[in-house]
Amino acid sequence: MRFVRPETLEEAATLLGQESGVTRIISGGTDVMVQMRSGLVAPDLVVDLKHLTGLRSITPEAGGFRIGAAVSGAQLGEHEGVCALWPGVVEGVQLIGSTQVQGRATMVGNLCNGSPAADAVPGLVAADATVRIMGPNGSRDCPVAEIPAGPGRTTLGKGEFVTSVFLPARPERSGDAYLRFTPRTEMDIAVAAAAVSLTVDAKGVVTAARVALGAVAPTVMLVPEAAAAIIGTTLDDAAQAALAAAASAACNPIDDKRGTIEFRTRVAGVLARRAALIALARAGGQN
Amino acid sequence: MALDNTGQRVFKVVGTRPPRPDGVDKVTGRALYGADMSAPGMLVAHILRSPHAHAEIVSIDTSAAEALQGVKAVVTAADFTPQEDEYLDDILVNCLARDKVLYDGHAVAAVAATSADVAKAALKLIKVEYRKLPHVTDVDAAMRPDAPIVQSGRSLETVPEGMSENVTSHCEFGHGDLEAGFAKADLIIERSFTTAATHQGYIEPHACLATMGADGKGDLWCCTQGQYNVRSICADLLGIEASQLRVTASEIGGGFGGKTTVFIEPVALALSRKSGRPVKIVMSRSEVFLATGPTVSSSTDVKIGMTKDGRITAGQAHLRYSGGAFPCGTVDMGAQAAFAAYDLEAVQTLGWNALTNRPKEAAYRAPGAPQAIYAVESVVDELCQQLGLDPLEVRLKNAARKGTKSSYGPTFDDIGLMATLEAAKAHPHYSAPLGENQGRGLSAGFWFNFGGNTCVTLNVNTDGTVGITEGNPDIGGSRAAISQMAAEELGIPYDKIRTIVADTSSLGHNDVTDGSRVTFSVGLATIKAARDAISKMCSRAAQIWGIDEEAVVWEDGAACPAGPNAGKFPPMTLAEIAAVSFNTGGPIAGHYEFNADGAGVSFGVHLVDVEVDRETGGTKVLRYTVFQDAGKAVHPSYVEGQMQGGAVQGIGWALNEEYIYGEDGRLQNPGFLDYRIPVASDLPKIDTVILEIPNPGHPYGVRGVGETPIVPPLAALSNAVSRAIGKRLHSLPMSPPRILKALSEA
Repeated sequence: MRFVRPETLEEAATLLGQESGVTRIISGGTDVMVQMRSGLVAPDLVVDLKHLTGLRSITPEAGGFRIGAAVSGAQLGEHEGVCALWPGVVEGVQLIGSTQVQGRATMVGNLCNGSPAADAVPGLVAADATVRIMGPNGSRDCPVAEIPAGPGRTTLGKGEFVTSVFLPARPERSGDAYLRFTPRTEMDIAVAAAAVSLTVDAKGVVTAARVALGAVAPTVMLVPEAAAAIIGTTLDDAAQAALAAAASAACNPIDDKRGTIEFRTRVAGVLARRAALIALARAGGQN
Repeated sequence: MALDNTGQRVFKVVGTRPPRPDGVDKVTGRALYGADMSAPGMLVAHILRSPHAHAEIVSIDTSAAEALQGVKAVVTAADFTPQEDEYLDDILVNCLARDKVLYDGHAVAAVAATSADVAKAALKLIKVEYRKLPHVTDVDAAMRPDAPIVQSGRSLETVPEGMSENVTSHCEFGHGDLEAGFAKADLIIERSFTTAATHQGYIEPHACLATMGADGKGDLWCCTQGQYNVRSICADLLGIEASQLRVTASEIGGGFGGKTTVFIEPVALALSRKSGRPVKIVMSRSEVFLATGPTVSSSTDVKIGMTKDGRITAGQAHLRYSGGAFPCGTVDMGAQAAFAAYDLEAVQTLGWNALTNRPKEAAYRAPGAPQAIYAVESVVDELCQQLGLDPLEVRLKNAARKGTKSSYGPTFDDIGLMATLEAAKAHPHYSAPLGENQGRGLSAGFWFNFGGNTCVTLNVNTDGTVGITEGNPDIGGSRAAISQMAAEELGIPYDKIRTIVADTSSLGHNDVTDGSRVTFSVGLATIKAARDAISKMCSRAAQIWGIDEEAVVWEDGAACPAGPNAGKFPPMTLAEIAAVSFNTGGPIAGHYEFNADGAGVSFGVHLVDVEVDRETGGTKVLRYTVFQDAGKAVHPSYVEGQMQGGAVQGIGWALNEEYIYGEDGRLQNPGFLDYRIPVASDLPKIDTVILEIPNPGHPYGVRGVGETPIVPPLAALSNAVSRAIGKRLHSLPMSPPRILKALSEA
């Protein structure tokens, strides 16, 4: 195994593009190191990115924030601007691992690990976040929702890697929230998860919403039907029920040691409803 | 040995809370655990494990592995001699499979190499040809006559005819006329329950370092609850004499009963003997889950009759346990413990053990009792619910007490169950208000406790300090408790004493640290060893003073003339006697060895409040209080620690922990992510109330305390959930999907 710390993003892309063996990119390493230790992967090339310029910074941009790929959960959680603008995204990131893991784990790593249960991803999808990708052919931007391809897989091409996440500006009276269900209170993996981002008007009517679910399908998924169920409502009881039903209807989970299909489907709806109410409260609305 | 001056003794050191002597080492990382020892020229060994739940081993070809550069030895079952003794042979076959693999993860071969990478590469070169066999992992399925046979010819004569060959033993306990008893009942409830196998979940994986030379002498460093037991098993399995093998116990990162046998130690010794080099084996977490002892899985039917005013008229339990692929006697303990908390005229318990394709059971804290008492205490609770009776009053009305003929035979002496129940009744927790979706559960629990073979040496140093050599690994603060008891007897400060855990060559045999025996038995031996040293010190003082030995007594850490007639001499302290000991006959030491009896049973009562989220099935533990009779709490902090730790392990067992098998018979969750022990944020502070009803069998009244606390939580949680949601689950764990399913079936 070769461990390389390139000087530039371009050099990293070239190294990764030209490697014929198994490659892994490391920033926090909280997934890669565990997978290597347990024998799940034996990379030929490990490329370390966390020292590269900009990868550990959070920068205001167009009313939102650009967050470097190597920014840790702990660093993100201490950033007042991001916490104020996208609290639901931050709470998802901060559920990864433990306090110790938060010192290293990154939301980009969480995204690129490709887990359907990744805690950082539903919030990013609900936020309509985009990632900036570097590769052998240069740089491109892509919605977060289009990155996951299946358990352990992404749509990133050969030699491509994510350098930053962009969280956009948002209108007044907006809020987001993320909830997951785990049997334990922490140090656990989501059995079902939901993120909701919404905006209300002065009367408290939801004018825009995005609902994303985790751990109930091969990838984290956006559920437009669930969003449609609450747009134009004040999240009254009927709208809440419609949201939960739409979220449950969109589920396509597996039956495994962590939960049954029936359990995941029901709980995803419950979480979507509860997350929407938190997002609404954050937006300053009332149901 | 009887209680001293019942109720009158005033303790000076016993009952205080000094810092534990191993504390600094453990918090600074200086303490040496199983994996911390290395030796020059050491090899690293890894183990090849079965990918099948049940298969015949047609052949094993290790030649390619042996030829790999860096590989120094490979062993399989063929490197060991089968044992005539079935108990020993089962341990051997569990360490390395012979003829058949009996469960997913069963060890098949081991490789010692110059590095872990080489050893792992060599494992891939070992060719094992398997012929897959049908498997069975469920205890009820294993008992059916048409079940796949895990092992043939292992049934004892006690097993009734017509049952599957998997049924290895049968037991029966009880007394009285059941039929007459049930006839007197106003309400009879009969229910069936299951509990999942759970693992002890110790944080430290098994690890050892073995050295065996060409001269046949061996040294073994390992993480164990009993170095003498490791020595005798390994000596037998390797065909060497006990004196030629020295076993040293490392510090231990948790055991809970699971480190009372061997898994890797004989394998490491065999590899060392074959390679001529020291060999280290450290298990991974998944190996620990796959191949070391979980507790039994169980299926139990309970039938209890009660009068309208809450008197139990008869109780019956049928217990079916599986200790995995080998015969296991744990069901006997379950059948004995099931109704132990009750004073019953008619009681009967029947037990069966069945083989399944699961790892070999190892002891886990009060083995067999939590499963049985869960079923009994659940039915008692349901009777209370249906008859509209207070569950605590019903237990008080039926509680075993001094003079009760226990459900398993013996008549109880002084026991603390009534006092423990009264303490729970008087506690503010019992009457605190509950909110919506909340429920309060109560359960009593019991454990026998154990004494056993014990040996202690106490050395008086010339500077007035004392060294104690004992032979039981310290898994719960026992070095502190032993030092305290010696300080109490000798009349010197706690910090003048250092207690160490000896290797097998430095002290006579000591039974394993199990059965909640150490503070009781080793404490008792320490007291006797101290009294032995005291008599010698009195004799030295008598010699110095020129008076009779009988005229000298020991008071407040000093020899004194027994009275005015003995002569007028100022007291001679331990330090003063020790300082001149080389001139008065040589070093002074006390010693005691015995097979301890009179351990004294222990009862506990747990109260728990839970809140259930009716939309997700999640259970939150809101409040928890443990009441337990400790006899005499030598170091109350460590008694509380045992009570809290047992409660927490029981909460995990009740709510989330389970061995999950796929249809292929393979373990689905061999890791802490999917085998969910509780984390700190899952738990409220566990409150404790220590009762002290002296054990008549110990000079200070000490009873074992380590095991009883894991017994009540299973039923306490189940009863609390039942009252919170208005439905009773009959299977553990009560994981969120199971609770949500039960709620949706309402």
